[in-house]
Parts: sequence; C-alpha cells; structure tokens
Amino acid sequence: MRTSKPCIAVLIAALCPALMFGGTISGKVTYTGTPIKPKPIDMSKEPSCAKQHATPIMTEGVVTGPNNTLENVVVYISAGADDANAPAQAVTFTQKGCQYGPHVLPMHVGQELDVVNADQTSHNIHPLAKVNREWNKSQPPGTPPIKDKWDSPEFIEVKCNIHPWMHGWFAVLKTNHYAVTGSDGTFTLPNLPPGKYTVTAWHEPDGVQTKDITITGNETKSIDFSFVLKPY
Amino acid sequence: MINLKPVHTFSAILTFILAAGFTVARAQDVPDVGPHPPAPAKHMESHIGNLTGHSADAKSDYRRYCAGCHGELGDGQGENTPWLDPKPRNFTLATFKCRSTPTGTLPTDEDLFKTIGRGLTNSNMPIWNTLSKQQRADLVAFIKTFSPRWEKEKAGDPIKIPAEPPITIESISHGKALFTKLECWKCHGPQGKGDGPSAATLTDSQDNPIRPYNFAAGTDDSRFKCGSTNEDIYKIFMTGVDGTPMPSFADVIQPNDAWDLVHFLRTMQVHRHSRENDVLKAAGGRIPPYVEKEAPASQSGNGAGGGGN
Repeated sequence: MRTSKPCIAVLIAALCPALMFGGTISGKVTYTGTPIKPKPIDMSKEPSCAKQHATPIMTEGVVTGPNNTLENVVVYISAGADDANAPAQAVTFTQKGCQYGPHVLPMHVGQELDVVNADQTSHNIHPLAKVNREWNKSQPPGTPPIKDKWDSPEFIEVKCNIHPWMHGWFAVLKTNHYAVTGSDGTFTLPNLPPGKYTVTAWHEPDGVQTKDITITGNETKSIDFSFVLKPY
Repeated sequence: MINLKPVHTFSAILTFILAAGFTVARAQDVPDVGPHPPAPAKHMESHIGNLTGHSADAKSDYRRYCAGCHGELGDGQGENTPWLDPKPRNFTLATFKCRSTPTGTLPTDEDLFKTIGRGLTNSNMPIWNTLSKQQRADLVAFIKTFSPRWEKEKAGDPIKIPAEPPITIESISHGKALFTKLECWKCHGPQGKGDGPSAATLTDSQDNPIRPYNFAAGTDDSRFKCGSTNEDIYKIFMTGVDGTPMPSFADVIQPNDAWDLVHFLRTMQVHRHSRENDVLKAAGGRIPPYVEKEAPASQSGNGAGGGGN
C-alpha cells in the first residue's frame, strides 16, 4: 500500500512520455486576395431538407473568418511522423439537411469510415477517388451507415449526384497528426516527439503549401500559412 | 569544293549543339506532367471461358480499331475524342461502367469481353463482333496494360443473381413502389423519361454532362448500356454504373425485391413488346397500388446479399 503512490507516478511517467514532453506545432492560416462570395443554396427541389434550414445554408468552397482567416484548411504532418496504424475508432461523415458534416473529414489510411444518412431523403455517396477506388452507393433514409476504408493517401472529392450542391472532401492521410482550421484559422498539432517535420496545409481550391520545422523538445513552435486565393 | 567540307562539318556540329541544348533546356524547363506511355514490357492475360487473351497479340488491333477514340495511351484522348459524347473510356483510371462486380471493384475479364462484343448503345462505341473471339480476348488483355490496378487488384466477386420469379402484376406493383421509395425518379423521372428534377444537373466523374436513361424511349430493338436482358437490368442497378451518377443499390435492395423493380422498369418501356407489358395489359393496363403484406415476410428474400464493400 505504501509503495503504491510512487509506483503509479513512475508508471505514468514511463507510459506517457509523448504526452508529457512532446512538442507542439501551432499556427494560423490566413489568405490574401478576394475570396469567392458564398452563395445561398437553393434547396427548394428537396423540401425535406430546405425546411431544416431557417435561412439558406451557404456554399462552402471558400469559408473565411474575421481578420482574413481561412476555415476548412487541413494542416498535417506530411513527413517525419508517419503513423503505421489507423486509430481503432471510426470517423463519421453525416448527411443532414442535404449538407455534409463536416465539409472536410480527415482520417487515417485504413481507418474505418461510417457514412450516415440522417435525412428523410435518399442520397447517393459518390467519392470521386482517383488514387483509390471510386465507388457510388445509394443510401435511402433509415438504412444503416455505409462502411468503408481507403488504402492510399488522397484528398477525395465527395458528391451527391441527386443533390448537386452537396459537396465535401475526405482527407485520407498517413499520419494521425492533423487538424482542420475553424473560423479563427488556427490549428494545433500536439504530441510531437523531437524530430524534423514537414507540415502541409491543404485548401480545397488552392492546393497545398508545405513548411519544414524541427522540434527539439517540449516546446511549442508556431508556423503560419497564407494562401493567395485564386482570382475568380 | 575543298571549302565545303569544313562548313558542312561546322553546320552539322552547330545543329547538334543546338539540338542538344534544346533537348537539355526542355528536360529542365518542362515540368514532368501529362500522360506517359504505358510501360511497354508489361504483359497481361485475360481469361474468358477457355479462351486466353494475350496483350502482346492485340497491339496492332488496338492501334487500328481502338486508338482513334481511346487514344494511343489508353487515356480516352484519341483524335476523335473532341467530337464524341459520351467521351471514350479512359482505361488508365480502370473505372468501368458495365460490370457484374460490386461498385468500386474491377470488372471481370468476361465483363470487358461482353462490352466489346456488345458495344455501348447511345454512344459511338460500336458492336465489335466483327473481330474474332480471340481478337477480343486479346484486346481485353491489352486494356489491362493501361492501369497498374490490374496487377495489384483482383476483379470483384460477381454479384449473385437469384432465379427470376414469375412476372405478376403484384411484382410490377411492388417494383413501382420501390421505384418511388428509392427515388429513382429523381433522375429518371416519374415516367422514366429521364427528366427527373436532378436530371439536368448530372455530370459524370470527368465533369462531362450526362443524361439519365430514358426508359420511355425504348423500342423493341433498344438495349440498355450494359445489355438487353432482364438479368442485365438487375445487374445495372445492383452494381451501379461506375464513373457516372448511377449508384449501386446492392446494399439497400433485397434480391427478390430487385426482380420486382426489374419487372416494373420493363413496363416503363411503353413502346417495347415485353412479357411485363403483356401482364400489365392483361391486368387492365393499370398498376394497382402496392399493398404491403405482413411486411417482414415479404422482405425475407433469400438473403444472398449482392455487393457489399
């Protein structure tokens, strides 16, 4: 009994070095240029979805926040932290109100993906994979989730052909160190052991940017990305 | 005469230097993009029944009969391509419309063999039954040299198709209910005329506009893209037409229900003579509303689930 407390402390220290001493990369993604103005989506052809939105939802090709921040940017370690194993828990892609949630879904290669239809209408899920296998499945309301996993890293565009405004992305990565920026444009990649890393930021219409960074210990390094938005 | 030689040599050297310089400059400046010829050494086989096709034997046939549309590199960018709609298949993607296998999987050799022999209706792909079976088998093997998928992946397992139940007015009626419930009409239209609310916005996976099938335009000699028999229709909606908006319904329709849908789809071909239309005529030409009979019992089917992941 007496020895138990120090034992636990030693155990925690031994088991969680990454958590306790890992480095962190954090930063912000911003843009220059004029973003495409989001347009309201006309769902009148699908009343069961239209009535779920008090005001029409907007297109999500480019979503910006205050002070030129950029949302829906996937920031991930593209070299230096390859993880062989996919997490055991599945990621979920939900169709609700004829909209994908989330708009960009990151996952690990081989990780289970559940596609859920929460609507009262049929959707077809059509991931337009080019490196992986393209498939296209119907999912009527009330049917169980469609389960799948991807073999190779790829940014896969996802479409519903029945509702052409529905548009999203699967970001299939070979790392578990990733983040998607919110409206404040910030990201944090914690728990990085010392080493050299390449950090990549991906934005749907503007492609990728990469930056190299070295983590030496229990430190937080900051890098920012700035996308020059495509003129429209 | 004596003077000519050095001039000649000089100009030859100059030409060489210029050409070499140009080649080097090109190699440095031009980014490495665009299609590359497939690795020439790759040899593929196809197996159709007791026929074995060899890709090497199809080289000249491919050039002569296929490359004009499908392109020398198999990328669907032949010299005729700009004038064609729908566009010729890009073999480098290894995505095929007519399969007996689940969505997202490679077709069987026999699927490709049948497509070549059948041609694709409503497109510029003719019926190639003028080529011998051996030639077609060789071409199937040749098509498989264009994508590394054929070396890494096996063809999918063909979906199981139970024997067709009798055509009855009840079957047609249930098929109609499924057509409504599964929202086939969103693209194909309530009368199957290809004029549903989503029809105008459809594009294929290469972003080319594409039309849903117009059942009502069908006549006695009309075919579907992937065949003309009831079994072919069954396959089309259970496997999906990959590369197009048409999804697979294998996970959501029970096998026997699928036959009911086939029977109903036949009645949408109003100008086509069919057993289904005879049954409908005998029933007074009207499809009675479907009455669900003790729901679970009618759903039991035979459980031979088709596709899957």
